[in-house]
Amino acid sequence: MKIYHIDRESWVKGLAASAEVYQLVGPVREKDDFDFKVLDKGQMPDLTGTDTRLSPKALVFPKSEIMMTFSTDPNDPDCNIMKEAKKEYPKRAVIGIRPYDARALQILKMNYDNGDYQDPYFLNAYEAITFVGLAVNSPSSTDFSTSCGTGPFDEKGLDVLLVAAGEEGDFYAKILTDKGDAWAKAAGFSKEAGSDVSTRIEAMKKTAEEAISSKIAFDKIEKKTVLELFEADHWENTAFACINCGTCTYACPTCWCFDIQDENFGTKGVRIKNWDSCMTGLFTLHGSGHNPREHRYQRTRQRFMHKLKYFADKYGEGIMCVGCGRCVRQCPANIDIREICETMNK
Amino acid sequence: MINPYVPYPVTIDDIQVATEDKSLKTFRFVFKNPGDEEKFSYKAGQFAELSIPGQGEIPIGIASSPTEKGFVMFTVFKTGKVTQYLHSMKVGETMGIRGPLGNWYPWDTLKGKNILIIGGGFAFTTLRSSIKMMLDPKNRGDYGNIDVVYGARTPGMLLYKDELVEWEKRDDIRMHLTVDSEAPNWNYHVGFTPAVTEKVAPQASDDTYAIVCGPPIMIKFTLPVLEKLGYKHDHIIMSLENRMKCGIGMCGRCNIGRELVCKDGPVFTLDQINLTPKEY
Ligand SMILES: Cc1cc2nc3c(=O)[nH]c(=O)nc-3n(C[C@H](O)[C@H](O)[C@H](O)COP(=O)(O)OP(=O)(O)OC[C@H]3O[C@@H](n4cnc5c(N)ncnc54)[C@H](O)[C@@H]3O)c2cc1C
Ligand code: SF4
Ligand code: SF4
Ligand code: FES
Repeated sequence: MKIYHIDRESWVKGLAASAEVYQLVGPVREKDDFDFKVLDKGQMPDLTGTDTRLSPKALVFPKSEIMMTFSTDPNDPDCNIMKEAKKEYPKRAVIGIRPYDARALQILKMNYDNGDYQDPYFLNAYEAITFVGLAVNSPSSTDFSTSCGTGPFDEKGLDVLLVAAGEEGDFYAKILTDKGDAWAKAAGFSKEAGSDVSTRIEAMKKTAEEAISSKIAFDKIEKKTVLELFEADHWENTAFACINCGTCTYACPTCWCFDIQDENFGTKGVRIKNWDSCMTGLFTLHGSGHNPREHRYQRTRQRFMHKLKYFADKYGEGIMCVGCGRCVRQCPANIDIREICETMNK
Repeated sequence: MINPYVPYPVTIDDIQVATEDKSLKTFRFVFKNPGDEEKFSYKAGQFAELSIPGQGEIPIGIASSPTEKGFVMFTVFKTGKVTQYLHSMKVGETMGIRGPLGNWYPWDTLKGKNILIIGGGFAFTTLRSSIKMMLDPKNRGDYGNIDVVYGARTPGMLLYKDELVEWEKRDDIRMHLTVDSEAPNWNYHVGFTPAVTEKVAPQASDDTYAIVCGPPIMIKFTLPVLEKLGYKHDHIIMSLENRMKCGIGMCGRCNIGRELVCKDGPVFTLDQINLTPKEY
């Protein structure tokens, strides 16, 4: 597929043109952090940060989402009958998502389209998006994406890969899919990059990958049995500092667990899907009061066993972590998945 | 794309108090939309999410048998938010059912085999479904001997009493009913389920499978009995109950290791369970 060279002026114009056809979404600065937001007319995505504080998963898996509506009014002929909430999924282009985050959303998709069932809320939102990713030229110190089957230039989850090309704010835009091609057409990009561009991108990719010094290994985890890893005697120790606050699960782009709750407003109501966290006791509490994960360390163990073993065994597509480093940076107790992985991999 | 979260609307057709302490009620539902019953076609051992708008959803084993048409039946213990509300509902009210969900007892494997069913307390629901299904004249020939050990604290705590009495009289099923201690007019066994199992269970063989459902304490003491009788772990079948929400393998809360109890289960052999963390 084609690679375009986009200078600063064509970039601004192109985004405006594509905004006629697509709802644009991109990172926006919020105090000291960044978050993915729908861009206002004329607003440019702020591509100066490496990562958003929360991952972009809310684009396909909102923190709280109405699934169904109902009435409990006995005079309503549809009393107590659940209705699918009316939703629109406008065509969206997500500009500036990082390659490993886009890969993370593919991992979520494995969960939400499991062969037997499809979650329409997730899948409709996902299908409506064209992922215009931005390669990471200067990885952060907590980036260990290259050991997680992805990386700063990973193309797997993307429709277009943007590579910042130089001082002037120019980009190379590598078109990866038909969806990406359609977006580039809508943006009116047409100037193809010179013939040496592939070599240049390869070189930048190599430099970025080499700049990542943080690595994890899970070769031994793969070979050990679930029970060997689960019953290992280090868990209480390993999880000792964890206060089960759940920050890691909310910040993580691959944590997919959710809760379902009803909310009533008089005789009207909604059934909603909310982010949930395996770090809470309520997550697994039975009606009888029995809780299979009664103790804090058992919940911490669940998070890491899920990411590094259960998922890997179940799907055969590596671990359920893309190495973005968010949980490492945001954990108030300095729990570091890289260290836990090392302990498990001994 | 079919939305797997939207329940079928049903009408409550009948409600019966199921036990003397009134903590369990049996609900019969009929589907409001013609065609939904067909879509809900299920096998014995599966469960469904009972859905009450404004209250929430609860996973409950299907107690009716696939051979019974025109309604579906569930027996529910009153414990928390949703079950308490359900117990206050009336015949004629509308609610929802989502399913059928999960796997079922391995009926293909069980063809031509002897079956020992061991149930305790109110975990007898999907066992009732199974017995009813096997005893259907169309199906009875597909299975060998059927033994049922079923125990409760008192005679009044046994579910589906009328049927138990009926089955007791038949010669194509051996019923071994028991209560914890002597009770007036009780002519069957007295003692805990594991002890009665030890006395009455058929010897283990390649052609004999045990299905065990009950409270954790019963399971704990029944498994050693079965082992003593020579039952191999791949001939012992169990149904697990973990907290659930979605019931379709997505919300992530019901796992034991990599298995999701809602979708890969709730039915597992002891062999399979032995390989997973004991988080149930
Ligand atoms: C496969 C399966 C089959 C079951 N079959 C039966 C049955 O035939 N009869 C019966 O009486 N009970 C059955 N249960 C248990 C029943 O689901 C719980 O007692 C019920 O969910 C409690 O709901 P609550 O709202 O009253 O309790 P609360 O404690 O208020 O629970 C709130 C919510 O948590 C969840 N929850 C709580 N406890 C459980 C639990 N043990 N299992 C699953 N989810 C839970 C539910 O979503 C529930 O709505 C079964 C459970 C499973 C998993
Ligand atoms: S690992 Fe850290 S961020 Fe995650 S729950 Fe524990 S303390 Fe909170
Ligand atoms: S586990 Fe941590 S490093 Fe891995 S994807 Fe989630 S937030 Fe990123
Ligand atoms: S109940 Fe949601 S994954 Fe099992």
